[in-house]
Amino acid sequence: MRDAAMPLDAPPAARGDRRVLPITAHGLMLERAGRRIIDNVSLTVDGHGISVIMGPNGAGKSVLLRLLTGLLSPDAGMVRWAGRRADRARAPSVGLVFQKPVLLRRSALANVRYALRAGSRAERTRRAGEALARAGLAHLAKSPARILSGGEQQRLALARALAPEPEVLLLDEPCANLDPAAAAAIETLIRDARARGTKIVLVTHDVAQAKRLGDDITFIHDGRIVERAPAGGFFDNPASNAGRAYLEGRLLID
Amino acid sequence: MKRIRRAFISAAAIALCVLGGPALAGENFIIVQSTTSTQNSGLLDDLLPRFTAMTGIEVRVVAVGTGQAIKNARNGDGDILLVHARAAEEKFVADGFGVQRFDLMYNDFVVVGPAADPAQVGGTADAVAALRRIAAANAIFASRGDDSGTHKKELSLWQAAGVDVSAASGTWYRETGSGMGATLNTGIGMGAYVMTDRATWIAFGNKGDFRILVEGDEALFNQYGVIMVNPARLRSPKIAWSRAFMDWILGSEGQAAIAAYKVDGQQLFFPNARRGS
Amino acid sequence: MQNFGAAFGDAFRLLGGFDPALMEIILLSLRVSVTAVFISALIGLPLGAILGVSRFRGRAAVLVLLNTLMGLPPVVVGLLVYLMLSNAGPLGPLALLYTPGAMIIAQSILVIPIVAALARQTIEDMHAEYDEQLRILGVGRWGMVATLLWDARYSLLTAMLAGFGRAVAEVGAVLIVGGNINHVTRVMTTAIALETSKGNLALALGLGLVLLLLAIVINAAVMGLRATAARSAHA
Repeated sequence: MRDAAMPLDAPPAARGDRRVLPITAHGLMLERAGRRIIDNVSLTVDGHGISVIMGPNGAGKSVLLRLLTGLLSPDAGMVRWAGRRADRARAPSVGLVFQKPVLLRRSALANVRYALRAGSRAERTRRAGEALARAGLAHLAKSPARILSGGEQQRLALARALAPEPEVLLLDEPCANLDPAAAAAIETLIRDARARGTKIVLVTHDVAQAKRLGDDITFIHDGRIVERAPAGGFFDNPASNAGRAYLEGRLLID
Repeated sequence: MKRIRRAFISAAAIALCVLGGPALAGENFIIVQSTTSTQNSGLLDDLLPRFTAMTGIEVRVVAVGTGQAIKNARNGDGDILLVHARAAEEKFVADGFGVQRFDLMYNDFVVVGPAADPAQVGGTADAVAALRRIAAANAIFASRGDDSGTHKKELSLWQAAGVDVSAASGTWYRETGSGMGATLNTGIGMGAYVMTDRATWIAFGNKGDFRILVEGDEALFNQYGVIMVNPARLRSPKIAWSRAFMDWILGSEGQAAIAAYKVDGQQLFFPNARRGS
Repeated sequence: MQNFGAAFGDAFRLLGGFDPALMEIILLSLRVSVTAVFISALIGLPLGAILGVSRFRGRAAVLVLLNTLMGLPPVVVGLLVYLMLSNAGPLGPLALLYTPGAMIIAQSILVIPIVAALARQTIEDMHAEYDEQLRILGVGRWGMVATLLWDARYSLLTAMLAGFGRAVAEVGAVLIVGGNINHVTRVMTTAIALETSKGNLALALGLGLVLLLLAIVINAAVMGLRATAARSAHA
């Protein structure tokens, strides 16, 4: 398997020890086709609230998320989940929603149930139903997932990621393809999850969304972290030229 | 994933049931390795049910060329050998694969050809002379070319005629490498002379304008033999069943049934068993 | 050629009359080929799925071999199975030669490469879509294979159909290992070969039409199932 950073045959972590926070990254480096996509990035994901990763297209935001989840392995540097290498046993504690949801060719309910690996089938069905209800999709439980509308599909993907009650939820531009109403529904779900104590990392290039949701902002440009600040500070007075240029809608040229 | 596992398990169970089916039913049977002529003429379909009705022993026929039938029997894949190539049959017995060879019945070979008869062999009673004429005229001749009893017989006639057919192979002499019926289909398709046993010819359904041109020569005599495979090579119940079959087909009832089999009012095989011959 | 008219006549007369001898042959054909496809699916689908999700040294060579095996000549397979099952062969004591079991084995060998190769392509495409999502859900390699097989089930029906077509239409292998024994191992194709060799061309062609009809019915049924699945975006 290419890029199998998550060792599939790693020994399962001790029972009950499913903690992944803090997620720490040290000196991450990733090159593809001679281009440095991630350049010496170190960061820590911990605590509560919504951390927003912002930056222009091609800045390396999505790649950074994949590195943090272990879907990609860095050429240099390392990622640790609560001090240990990422492993499959703790995967349910890390939720990830892609820009374009990948739904199984099954019903909406079966998609959510699939993400629940523990417990009896009846138990998993019950929990999946609850997750669907929280996402406002209870009436579509039996519908084939792939004929739902774009907004419903993304809500379903979010419900599926939240069903195992992850410690941290990573979102990769979850509203990029959605109309305003659907985006608002997604944002509501994100706020609900935050209120229940889930740590959230949101990748977006939508300044308005970052303002609405973000507690702190990490600004990335050209594979490097150029600025980290509480949300208020960043939007009122960005410290970096790149950050200021981005907020003002100017083109960034090195 | 439980559902997939369940699906796989039930699929495997179904497959095993279906696969295991044939082993449970119809255990009382023997296998006869025989030639296409006895099957294509319909003789065995007429004969064998009589034996089964009397004894409860099913007879399964694998109909291939004599050469392949003997090879299969040598591999132990048959209990009875019913073919028509005396020399090869005697070698089979001499090599220890069979108990003893018995004459069973005979018919004769004929040479069939198109009505136009380009080599003018029609009405000849001398088979060797007819073949010589076909060769001289470079008229197309379709041969079995498959090491069958008919093929062996045909080659011996060419040898007697002093014609080297291997030199002509691919020109006027064409080896089909297949059974009697297939060779007749091919021969009729290309207007070629064909040597066939009379039984297959009479029962054949695709004669076109072909007819018998050469017949009645003693050299065209076609003797069938029957051999029981060496009991040392058989599973124990098969030995008794095979003996019963030999007794029946060489005895008065079997012989009478062979004589009684007719297609279009014509008798195809003439029983001539002499036990102990 | 008056044979064509006669062939249609024979075909309808045989079918319309529910000729018991014909029904026996049709049922045996179905039993042998459907079982062979089932066994091939049990082996070929997981094999194709594993190849579809795995990357290893020599994989390209394995795929070339697999695609080549799709074109195995049935006669060669028949001969190999005969040599194995013959009383002179290593599996002689099983007494499978000249039984439907032997025909199922031969056809399975012919069909497994087809099912595996087509499944590999289907699964590989779906794996490209599913891989990251399943890994983030903590699904291991075997779980991934099982999930892909299940989600691709309607597409994989096409692979099984292709295998069924090959199995039910081949004559070379079943003739050698089955022996075309009346009431025991005579199937549609060997019956057609036999009637052809008897010169009963119209009857042979009639049987061929019946075989064609059978294939059409089965294909239509499976395609119907796929179309239903496609409406729920499952295919």
